[in-house]
Amino acid sequence: MAKPLPEHPAWLWRDPDPKASYDAIVVGGGGHGLATAYYLAKNHGITNVAVLEKGWLAGGNMARNTTIIRSNYLWDESAAIYEFALRQWEQLPAELDYDFLFSQRGVLNLAHTLQDVREATRRVNANRLNRVDAEWLEPDEVAKICPIVNVSPDVRYPVLGATFQPRAGIAKHDHVAWAFARACDAMGVDIIQNCEVTGFLKDGDRVTGVETTRGNISAGTVGLVAAGHSSVLAEKAGFRLPVQSHPLQALVSELYEPVHPTVVMSNHVHVYVSQAHKGELVMGAGVDAYNGYGQRGSFHVIEHQMAAALELFPIFGRAHLLRTWGGIVDVSPDASPIIGPTPVENLYINCGWGTGGFKATPGAGWAMAHTMATGAPHELNRPFGLERFVTGALIDEHGAAAVAH
Amino acid sequence: MLQLSCPWCGPRDETEYHYGGQAHVPYPEDPSALTDEEWAEYLFFRDNTKGPFAERWAHSAGCRRWFNVVRDTRTYQVLAVYTNSDPRPAVRFGAEAGGPR
Repeated sequence: MAKPLPEHPAWLWRDPDPKASYDAIVVGGGGHGLATAYYLAKNHGITNVAVLEKGWLAGGNMARNTTIIRSNYLWDESAAIYEFALRQWEQLPAELDYDFLFSQRGVLNLAHTLQDVREATRRVNANRLNRVDAEWLEPDEVAKICPIVNVSPDVRYPVLGATFQPRAGIAKHDHVAWAFARACDAMGVDIIQNCEVTGFLKDGDRVTGVETTRGNISAGTVGLVAAGHSSVLAEKAGFRLPVQSHPLQALVSELYEPVHPTVVMSNHVHVYVSQAHKGELVMGAGVDAYNGYGQRGSFHVIEHQMAAALELFPIFGRAHLLRTWGGIVDVSPDASPIIGPTPVENLYINCGWGTGGFKATPGAGWAMAHTMATGAPHELNRPFGLERFVTGALIDEHGAAAVAH
Repeated sequence: MLQLSCPWCGPRDETEYHYGGQAHVPYPEDPSALTDEEWAEYLFFRDNTKGPFAERWAHSAGCRRWFNVVRDTRTYQVLAVYTNSDPRPAVRFGAEAGGPR
């Protein structure tokens, strides 16, 4: 007779039915949504909170990113929020009592042209002025940190040097989500999966709740944290967002023994590569050009990433592709996020992170929770409001943020 | 990879084309008369439709001409191709069901 199956391990969070009313509702149960709920409870004492997730917890971009964490952005506003996030990452495993394998193995941003070198050295100087750790490395120093990078001058795009942020790294994305979810749940936050928001309850220009596939729920304040579907929700709420949703693809190889000690990013050849703790080589690059909600993209984009990886890492020549996938990323006109109030009262938005939201998870959650709790932006997200597209005070990280978007 | 049919050159791979975003966004008739809000709307705000979406493509590796496509952004199925001088064709809602993915 077959042995009975073992008991299921203890659940990390409850699976409650939605209540009729909450003080705050967060729409979107990804990393940013969970972090928002966590800081609403922890920093502001607002625990009568629901996180509504249309699918399963952290099954969108939180499950599809390449887990790179860094803060070496050019502009002051960006450096502030990403560096704040990085400082949170450094102590979150202890705070959440969950080892999500945050590994500060450093990130190299390679320079392949004179223009790259000028951009990179300028960014290193800007980073240092913002107290972000950054240094410029010559090719031989790059090879010391990551011996498998081809620094030979005899290639099409030789490595002329790199910026290095030693405190950057990677983390296990699923475990990050689970850590936040468990902590939220313990403080009384209801995490409600399979609950899609289909509309908004409004009293004039003020939001009073949401319509969902599991019934109407009233709320004192509502935060939209839905990444690629932000425009769809905003339209239901009656306003527009300056974002476009694109597929962003990534891929992993089969498992290999540790060969890649750091994170390598290259704008010019255009790929970013790290090796996960289990051994997969993880890589990604830019978005597919067209708008799309399909969570998949075109194969030539994947081929381009792999060609770039091979150019930089000849050792990958016999590696096998295991899996590719796509997420839907919401790209804003200046490649910077939008966090703040909306034209609808009591309705707040956190979107526009494009290809780089994972690294900002704790910073975005912190700022969004503050904005929802107080009705006014935190110092970190004040420059990132919707109004910047009217005033023209853009935070133009296109080509400045150490990655081509 | 998408396959798009250029109105002048016929079916070609996506790699021959460049994407141009939402179609039918006219330049303001009198830009200097716009408020800052209206200018922002023209400059930065585009539809981000989930479903049939009219968009521009350029056949940059071929005839180098721009044209319009209605494509379902959920399934990526191409529903119509038409030139810039044509109005947006009506696409039957649900026509994409069962189409190539």
